[in-house]
Amino acid sequence: MLLTLSWLVPLLGALVLLCVGNRDGRRDALVRWLSLAVTLATFAVTLVIWARFDAASPEFQFVERHAWIPAFGIDYFIGIDGISLLLVVLTAFLSPIALLSSWGSIERKVKEFSIFMLALEAAMIGVFVSLDLFLFYVFWDAMLVPMYFLIGIWGYDQRIYAAVKFMLYTMAGSVLMLVAILGLAYLHSAATGTYSFDLLKLYTLDIAPQTQMWFFLAFTVAFAIKVPLFPFHTWLPDAHVQAPTAGSVILAGVLLKMGTYGLLRFSFPLFPEAAAYFAPGLALLAVIGIVYGALVAMVQPDMKKLVAYSSVSHLGFVVLGICAMNMQGVQGALYQMLAHGVSTGGLFLLVGMLSDRRHTRLISEFGGLKAVMPRLTAAFMIITLASIGLPGLNGFVGEFLIMLGAFRWDPRFVVVAGLGVILSAVYMLWMFQRVYYGPVTHEENAALPDLRPREWAAVVPLCAVAVVMGVFPTLFLKPMEASVNAVVQRVQVAQTLRAERP
Amino acid sequence: MFSSGIDAVVPMLCVTLAALAVMGAEAFRARGEQLPLGGLGVVGLVGAAISAVLLWNRNAVSFGVVVADNFGLFVTLVLLLVALLTIMFSSTVVRRDGLPAGEYYALVLFATAGMIMMATANDLLVVFIALEILSIAVYVLTGIRRDDSRAIEAAFKYFLLGAFSSAFFLYGIAFTYGLAGSTRLDRVGTYMAAQSMSGNPLILVALGLLLVGFAFKISAVPFHMWTPDAYEGAPAVVTGFMSTGVKAAAFAAFARVFLSVFEPFSGEWAPLVWLLAAATMILGTVVGVAQSNLKRMLAYSSIAHGGYLLVGLVAANQVGKAAILFYLLAYAVTNLAAFGVIALLGTREAANDELRDYAGLWHTRPALAALMTVCLLSLGGLPPTAGFIGKWYIFSAAVSAGYYGLAVIGVLTSVVSVFFYLRVVVMMYMTDRPAAIAPPPVSAVAMAALVASIAAIIALGILPTPVLDFAAQSIATIF
Repeated sequence: MLLTLSWLVPLLGALVLLCVGNRDGRRDALVRWLSLAVTLATFAVTLVIWARFDAASPEFQFVERHAWIPAFGIDYFIGIDGISLLLVVLTAFLSPIALLSSWGSIERKVKEFSIFMLALEAAMIGVFVSLDLFLFYVFWDAMLVPMYFLIGIWGYDQRIYAAVKFMLYTMAGSVLMLVAILGLAYLHSAATGTYSFDLLKLYTLDIAPQTQMWFFLAFTVAFAIKVPLFPFHTWLPDAHVQAPTAGSVILAGVLLKMGTYGLLRFSFPLFPEAAAYFAPGLALLAVIGIVYGALVAMVQPDMKKLVAYSSVSHLGFVVLGICAMNMQGVQGALYQMLAHGVSTGGLFLLVGMLSDRRHTRLISEFGGLKAVMPRLTAAFMIITLASIGLPGLNGFVGEFLIMLGAFRWDPRFVVVAGLGVILSAVYMLWMFQRVYYGPVTHEENAALPDLRPREWAAVVPLCAVAVVMGVFPTLFLKPMEASVNAVVQRVQVAQTLRAERP
Repeated sequence: MFSSGIDAVVPMLCVTLAALAVMGAEAFRARGEQLPLGGLGVVGLVGAAISAVLLWNRNAVSFGVVVADNFGLFVTLVLLLVALLTIMFSSTVVRRDGLPAGEYYALVLFATAGMIMMATANDLLVVFIALEILSIAVYVLTGIRRDDSRAIEAAFKYFLLGAFSSAFFLYGIAFTYGLAGSTRLDRVGTYMAAQSMSGNPLILVALGLLLVGFAFKISAVPFHMWTPDAYEGAPAVVTGFMSTGVKAAAFAAFARVFLSVFEPFSGEWAPLVWLLAAATMILGTVVGVAQSNLKRMLAYSSIAHGGYLLVGLVAANQVGKAAILFYLLAYAVTNLAAFGVIALLGTREAANDELRDYAGLWHTRPALAALMTVCLLSLGGLPPTAGFIGKWYIFSAAVSAGYYGLAVIGVLTSVVSVFFYLRVVVMMYMTDRPAAIAPPPVSAVAMAALVASIAAIIALGILPTPVLDFAAQSIATIF
């Protein structure tokens, strides 16, 4: 019941908000506090789950299963393991922060905005906890709708183009996955006589190598678009730049992780043979993405776009770690997913604050802000260093582990990926220097206000988590260890077993 | 088999009696008197629905040519729902546009009776009579706005092409009769089963002609030419009625004839229907993208939805047959509600059915915009709506029959269709209204019908099990 609550609370919150009369924004304050309270309650629920989570067990926990569409073996089947636990917590952690970030910038249709945010949170948590493929697909697709509205209604100038592109790109990938899901259920029925969408049962299915290839591609393209893996990334700069700050925070913080989560949860364990075949290709795309994302980020005049391209680069590391499919690689990938959620979420938040103040995001419009707003500068510094991967902050642990894992698998990739680490320092620090150091170049910037209390409330938790994740990585690595080990074992055993097959 | 009881025709009898009552009441109406003609129709529809429920599982046969088996009854209930919602939306429109109420409601009811007959017919000639009953009523309904030249043009075009297709159909019946010596489906079926190995080319001629006749009625590509014009020209409520009712009835007869009688020849017709399905899905969505009139856009969308239904027919397995039934219900409710919104936004002077008329609807009529959005998401097949479950059901039928190619075409075209459904959403939510045009008020009855449809769409999307089981039972008895 606890796990159901984690996605039901925000959904119910959205339904309650729907009933609040708010003509002409008279009750905006009530709506804002109510939605914040709902997201905080959700966060509390996920923390309770974390506290009760048995880190030693690789099994799925908090499992709930009820028959839903029995004729097709579809169950309401949810549960979490070490892989999804922290992603759920991350989602619930970022949602109140995203809402707080919108308090200053979203002024029209606050009620509808909050409803879409809560519905989005419900769907995102649903994606991470589903163990039934049908249920997973329902949440996966349902999530697009609120995000589409968030970008399309509250975004910047090119919002409609960005929203439609986001929706169509993601859908085009996911419908092919739908066909593959149906195919899997059909294979299960051919093998056992009953349809099933139960992930755990499908894991045990023996699928012919040729079929595996097709299904792996169908699943992986859906996830690669979400990640986004080069060359499927073109929707991302548009969506990130045009989305309102809260949307960007969620998009970068959580949505992108669904792609890598999907690779780890579905593509690799369901089709291990095909995974072994395609892994070098995927890794190649990943390292291309790492370098390409970094190079493109370097020349962006727009801060938001710069951060968006840096996501392409960082997520490339995650995919590389997953492709390595060993303990260090996968654990590092998972850690990097969390770290990227915190630091890139934080970057979008801070860039959003600057853009709320000046209504521009061009780097050239800023300069010398250190003297004007020292507190925001300090926060930006911490998050920037975290994003670069400075030891002692969250980004370092993940990147280091990924490199380690990838080195054990194929050192060639690490050589190129290492270039990305250096480049990330270049583009981030260069942006930081141009925006915050030097003399104040524009009159308007001289009197910009520093962080307000509400903004403190959003920034401080992010910085704190970035430091904690850098200093006490075991706190986060421990719960994922058993489950990651189980996945790696499953994939490797299946690969070796089937390699011996005539 | 030769049960002389009239049980099986009771549902259509109820509807016909209601239609006659409406005509009578209209004839004896004092000038200027307002009669609740729509209410009279509703009574007939409810009576028909009750009798249909009572007939459930009884496999009643009347005169040997009408069978009220569960398949027919399921479609009958869908058709009654379509008619009920149509009448509820019409209450506003008839008064607003000054349509002749007596004729209007009587025609809707007669068409419904014809549709029910078509869904339960067990004889090719009865199918043909039913087809003519419903078609003629719908031709007149299309042109019921006699002062509107577009409506007249649409009605005429529809009539000419409809007559053309009827000729094909009749020719097919003639060939079938010439071969089998009977038009009764059970006897033709016995003959076809015996001839399945003979390779008689005349059988293929009969089959092909019937196929063309049905393809016209369900507006499958390349027999769809009449659809966009007819749908655009007719009043929006009527378009909703014919895009759902006619399609459901025609599909029921199509499935009955092809999945039982011509089942032994499925090797011959399945590739043809495969092509029809693929062409219908692709053309319906691709051309839909280019439309700027909402009714025309939904006309192409309904062509595409016919293609999805054809996928269920090609799959021809148990899942596919039940999927057709579920999809018909999901599509009927969704499409009718969408056309209901369009109808309610029109005024006597202007139809307001261009895409740009929807700009900023969110600000002036938030409830209607939200309801329309749910309809469009359901048409696009996004969860958690009835349309998603319907598509998922259809495609799982295709996959389990091994038609991966068709399933892939289906899902990709639904992505394209989402693009044009989203254009409406973009207009409603993300574009500012150029001038503040006050939309007309909506009557309580019509609003209730809309809210009920939307509730049904979402309920079917979240808890489809009872209806899925119901659909699965319906096909168990006949095929």
